[in-house]
Amino acid sequence: MPNLSLFLAQLFNGLALGTLLALISTGLTIILGTLGVLNFAHGALFMVGAYVGYTVMQATHSFVLAVACGALFVLVLGVVIERGLIRLYYERPPEDQILMTFGLSIVIVETVRLIFTGISQRMAVPDWGSGIFNLGFMIYPKYRLIVMIIVVVTLLVLYLVLYRTRLGLVVRAGIEDQRIVGMLGLNVQRTFMVVFGLGAMAAGYAGVIDAPIVSVTPDMGQTVLVESFVVVVIGGLGSFPGAILGGVIAGEIISLTSMFNPAYSQVMLYFVMALVLVLRPQGLFGQEGRE
Amino acid sequence: MSNQKDNRVRRGVSRRSFIKTGLGTAGALMLPSAFLNSAWAKDYPSLGTFPAGASGDSVFVGLSIPLTGAYSATGQDEKHGYELAFEHINAGTGMAAMMDSLKGSQGVLGKKVEYGIGDSETNPNSAVQVQTHFIHDKNAIMISGCSSSAVAIAIEKLAQREKVLNMVGASGSNDTTGKDCQRYGFRSQPSAYMAGKALAPVVAKEIGKNVKVAYLVPDYTYGHTVFNSTQKFTEQQGWKTVSKVVVPVGASDYSSYLLNIANSGADVFVNVCFGNDSVASSKQAQQFGILDKMKMVVPNISPFQASELGADIMAGVYGTLDFWWTMAQRNEYAKTFVDAFDKKYGKKPRWTAHIAYLQSMMWADAVTRAGTFYPPEVIKTLESGKRIPSTLGEVYYRAEDHQMVREVPVVRGKSKSEMRSPEDYFEIVGVTPGETVMPPKGTFGCSLGGYT
Repeated sequence: MPNLSLFLAQLFNGLALGTLLALISTGLTIILGTLGVLNFAHGALFMVGAYVGYTVMQATHSFVLAVACGALFVLVLGVVIERGLIRLYYERPPEDQILMTFGLSIVIVETVRLIFTGISQRMAVPDWGSGIFNLGFMIYPKYRLIVMIIVVVTLLVLYLVLYRTRLGLVVRAGIEDQRIVGMLGLNVQRTFMVVFGLGAMAAGYAGVIDAPIVSVTPDMGQTVLVESFVVVVIGGLGSFPGAILGGVIAGEIISLTSMFNPAYSQVMLYFVMALVLVLRPQGLFGQEGRE
Repeated sequence: MSNQKDNRVRRGVSRRSFIKTGLGTAGALMLPSAFLNSAWAKDYPSLGTFPAGASGDSVFVGLSIPLTGAYSATGQDEKHGYELAFEHINAGTGMAAMMDSLKGSQGVLGKKVEYGIGDSETNPNSAVQVQTHFIHDKNAIMISGCSSSAVAIAIEKLAQREKVLNMVGASGSNDTTGKDCQRYGFRSQPSAYMAGKALAPVVAKEIGKNVKVAYLVPDYTYGHTVFNSTQKFTEQQGWKTVSKVVVPVGASDYSSYLLNIANSGADVFVNVCFGNDSVASSKQAQQFGILDKMKMVVPNISPFQASELGADIMAGVYGTLDFWWTMAQRNEYAKTFVDAFDKKYGKKPRWTAHIAYLQSMMWADAVTRAGTFYPPEVIKTLESGKRIPSTLGEVYYRAEDHQMVREVPVVRGKSKSEMRSPEDYFEIVGVTPGETVMPPKGTFGCSLGGYT
């Protein structure tokens, strides 16, 4: 039977895992909510962020610059993708959108593989984040603790943008009813572009922050994509608070299950997702009938 | 021509006639082997892609290699190994120029070897699809390539079904030449059992005998058999297993699994994960302070693990490898391979390239010795137990399970200061002879299928 200190350690780790999952999922959920597009290239954008961050870090040794460049690059990439591709698919059936974004993710992943090869790259933990920290009941890598704080601050900023700005108001209104927003004379097209760019940026930003923890490979976005879908389903499609709660729940499921039987940690995640789908199909924070 | 030769022999053996006969026989042996083959091919019934796949000027080899997906880096290395091997076989250079059977000839039985490469994506279904295409549309006479035991086993089964020879690529699971062994599959990489048996005495000597161990085990055939074998042999040395953490393949964040290891009170951390999983988990183990408290042992070190993690993490890590390029210092065949690879690609080969190269050479050698591409004859030649000098010294396949009996190198990761060149990551601390680490016959329930 696991002891108390391991339980506390896993509980805390679940929270750390969850916040990062929440950040990645918010990008996916606001795109899904506003544009109605299920973006299968979200994981690939996460990976691009990590590679840009890695490249900048190698060249400049500045983590701040790496994060800034990674996030901005993916923001621009997101805007280009929205204008060049996604825009053409708004009126088409969802399966077309899924196929297109899925195909796009393959193109992005293989392009990165062509440039950087499949060998995993090492992005060093910044000096201020190296080492371990004693929390009393456990020791924990300092960088992961700092990442937790960074992510919480970022989520707070995202919250303020979505709930305290005019753009946020339009986005939230768009999630509720796109047509009415358009009829009110608001430029929905521009909002869509900005939202897709911001959603992509959230993924790219998370990619750079996660890069020193995981191994940077062209396929690193795959697991992330699947897990963030689960988070969005649990939290409710298009719901920002849902993504955060869903992220934390997913992190805790993975962490706490692995204390008893690690092989079942992913299975449990899907089990809980299935349970939510049966008991509350719209997700914890989702609204019934929302597309 | 043969009648004339026979008449000469019957006249009595004078010195002159002896020399003449000798020259005649040698001349007959040097006849274009394609001529001989086309004559002999008629004696064998159709089977698999034979004789259709061996009737032209060239033969086709189907390769399913992970060019995308988690094992794409090793796939690239493996691809280079095959390319070099077939280049050498077709030109009669490299190791082909050193092997008794292939010396002085170009191609295999006078036929040029052509090959096609398909992306297996480290996925058994994709690999089977690729090879099915090569067998049915290209009449592949031999199939090879893989970087995962799950894929290797799927391809072996396909080979048995289709009656096409399969020289297995990278695969470390006991099942490949154990419960899933096939008459048509031959494996050169040491099995988990062989690696564990070679490794255990070395780590017990270097790390100590009375130690507690925690394992990180990927959840598939490779992970489970490596765990079983490593545990078996280290426990014989006095090691005690205190934790076994089974993890899903392809996880990116190992924190929750590593917390269990950190909390286990172990002295040694045995990381069974492979490829990118091994890199990510080792890196995170260091971040969690596990590598400060525990010695890391990696029973089967991934081809690019050291270059991906760097000497700061890999220094002092013990493990086994199929092959390491510094083995070129002790073996002419290995030297030829490593030098040619370095010259062609500007880097040292990893063991995935070595498997590709060696297995291709062993196939070309066996076909030449069999004198035909007819699969059962080639299989019987490979099963004959004849010792073949190679990059690993003398090797042969065991007839009972088709596992290559070959030496197993045990290595220790060098620290940065010990490295003499950028790719000099490992010191070979021991090379265990193959015969001493083979499992007793029947250990893993191998039952080879039929020849036809």
